[in-house]
Amino acid sequence: MDFLLTEEHLMAQKMVRDFAQKEVYPTIKEWDRKQQMNPDVLPRMGELGILGINIPMMYGGQGFDYITLALACEELERVDTTLRVVMSVHMGLNSMALLQWGTEEQKQRFLVPQAKGEKYAAFGLTEPNAGSDVAAMTSTARREGDVYILNGEKMWISLATKADNFLVFAKTDTHANPTHAGITAFIVTKDMKGFTAGDIHGKLGVRAGSTGWFAMENVEVPIENRLGEEGEGFYIAMSCLDNGRYTVGAGAVGLIRACLEDSLKYCHERSTFGKEIGKHQLVQQKIAYMQQWYDAGRLLILKTGWMKNMGMRNTRETSMAKWYATDMSVKAALEAIQIHGAYGFSDEYDVERYLRNGKGAVIYEGTSEIHQLMQAGYALGYRVDRPIRCELPAYDPEVWQREAVVS
Amino acid sequence: MHVVVVTKSTPDTAAKVTVDASGKPTWTEAMVINPWDEYAVTEAVLLKEAHKGQATILTVGTEEHNEALKQGLAIGLDQAARVWDDALVGADSLLYAKAVAAAIQKLGNADLVIFGKEFADLGSDVHVYQVARKLGYAVLGSVSKILEIDFSAKTIKVERMLEQGKQIVTSKLPAVIAVLKDINEPKYPSFIGIRKAAKAEIPVWSLADLGLDAGTRQTQVSAYTNPPKIEGEVEIIEGASAAEKAAKLADKLIEAKVI
Repeated sequence: MDFLLTEEHLMAQKMVRDFAQKEVYPTIKEWDRKQQMNPDVLPRMGELGILGINIPMMYGGQGFDYITLALACEELERVDTTLRVVMSVHMGLNSMALLQWGTEEQKQRFLVPQAKGEKYAAFGLTEPNAGSDVAAMTSTARREGDVYILNGEKMWISLATKADNFLVFAKTDTHANPTHAGITAFIVTKDMKGFTAGDIHGKLGVRAGSTGWFAMENVEVPIENRLGEEGEGFYIAMSCLDNGRYTVGAGAVGLIRACLEDSLKYCHERSTFGKEIGKHQLVQQKIAYMQQWYDAGRLLILKTGWMKNMGMRNTRETSMAKWYATDMSVKAALEAIQIHGAYGFSDEYDVERYLRNGKGAVIYEGTSEIHQLMQAGYALGYRVDRPIRCELPAYDPEVWQREAVVS
Repeated sequence: MHVVVVTKSTPDTAAKVTVDASGKPTWTEAMVINPWDEYAVTEAVLLKEAHKGQATILTVGTEEHNEALKQGLAIGLDQAARVWDDALVGADSLLYAKAVAAAIQKLGNADLVIFGKEFADLGSDVHVYQVARKLGYAVLGSVSKILEIDFSAKTIKVERMLEQGKQIVTSKLPAVIAVLKDINEPKYPSFIGIRKAAKAEIPVWSLADLGLDAGTRQTQVSAYTNPPKIEGEVEIIEGASAAEKAAKLADKLIEAKVI
């Protein structure tokens, strides 16, 4: 066993931290209040290579491993959840799916510009009436010659109005049995005729991000934009979640750290009853728990990252890490507010934003309840992961760092 | 064209530095590249890219100063070197400058040597002038902009930011410059640069490697102490009206010779 991060990991982590702290943190409260995304965020993440951090260099990425992705997510969410959300959809749910399932031609057309940060990517699975119950989706894709005609509406879509490319799930067979066997995955681009998108405002948290909806009205999607086979969409979606949840969990570890670090600072600054509040035992108990949640959450996430590097199936471990870290991030935020007292209840301090932001992550990418059912299912032997046609490729530094051949 | 950046690691400016019982300054946070040197490194990268030349980052210090060297490599400098020798423990700025100058000569000299404005930890810039003197190069402090640089004609034209205003100066190369924050927007390391830096083997040169001998120190730090604690007390000035309170306050301030 080796728990050491490499020098590369540490330097990459510091670079992402410097970006988030210097360029995003100073104005984050303003954007959060305005319920708008800072327009500099996506271009800067692209320029700095963060949007392609763990994609092989031959596909326009930076050639770092899956652990680096988790470290980046931790640093991003340490500053604001909305930054990590970008990585969840652009990288975890979309680009990594192209790496895993895409044909060489699809990788060249879509993955390369995404990894270079020239195009932004998002994911369209959830619908107004289909969340955890994925198979209840009503979006359809009808084959007509060399195209599919897509109709339907997707909701709670991160980067809905910012992304160029969407990985969209729709039913090619509405009578399939089981129902989920009729779902197929498509790459839809925002410039396709019949595609419209909008933002949703009034959310409790992730207010400095972009969350919205998109609708497809007779959108013609060429057959070469189908990801995987017809009817394979459900398995693709689930594999995407193994990667999306990984980024969400890693981000939640960063949110716990944010709660802990802010609380530690406040414990030394604020005095009550003649001593700094860190000297009070009930405050110490909260600090101890936050440290425990951070340590445990981080171990779970890094182990999952190690499994991804090794090419091992990690659905159960990812689910556990995401469930634990997000649940604990909400608890940590509540405790951080409690430690900050009345000040924590106001937006003069950051901790109230942590709570609002953390609450989303116990709902999206598998509610905490779904993860509990999964974990019980594995333990009881009701649930077994079967091999899938395309596994996420193991991290191989030689392959990842091989440059594209310019023809 | 060869540009050399001279750097060191310093405690993070956010770090709380205290002097312990033995009289040594201590802090808990990790060392970072001297904040002023971020501008020096970026300027060297910009020059190297614009003029297709070679850029080196150099430090005199213990292993913990590798952090600053690696940062420089990750941002885009070509090579790094470190000078260290037990005889340099507690070195004064003159010995430091001798070591830097000898290392630059060992590198095959430079057209331009760039320093950050000062060392953020010691608040000192005397080493900049001492290095220039030892090398026999021209020296320009407080540089806020390189207006023109011609490595073949060996000339440089800079803007210097002075308390009284700006000054435009031309000089011959080789030169030593110390740069201000106005000169550029510091670059971040690139991921490719990070990989290169992580793999880099950085040579360490001793004083003997540089043909130097520590000699006798001209100055020596004898002690550090914590700044005196500021003690004060709050007094509420009572009075029937604001004008009366203000008058009482003014009297007290005059009495205390504040105004």
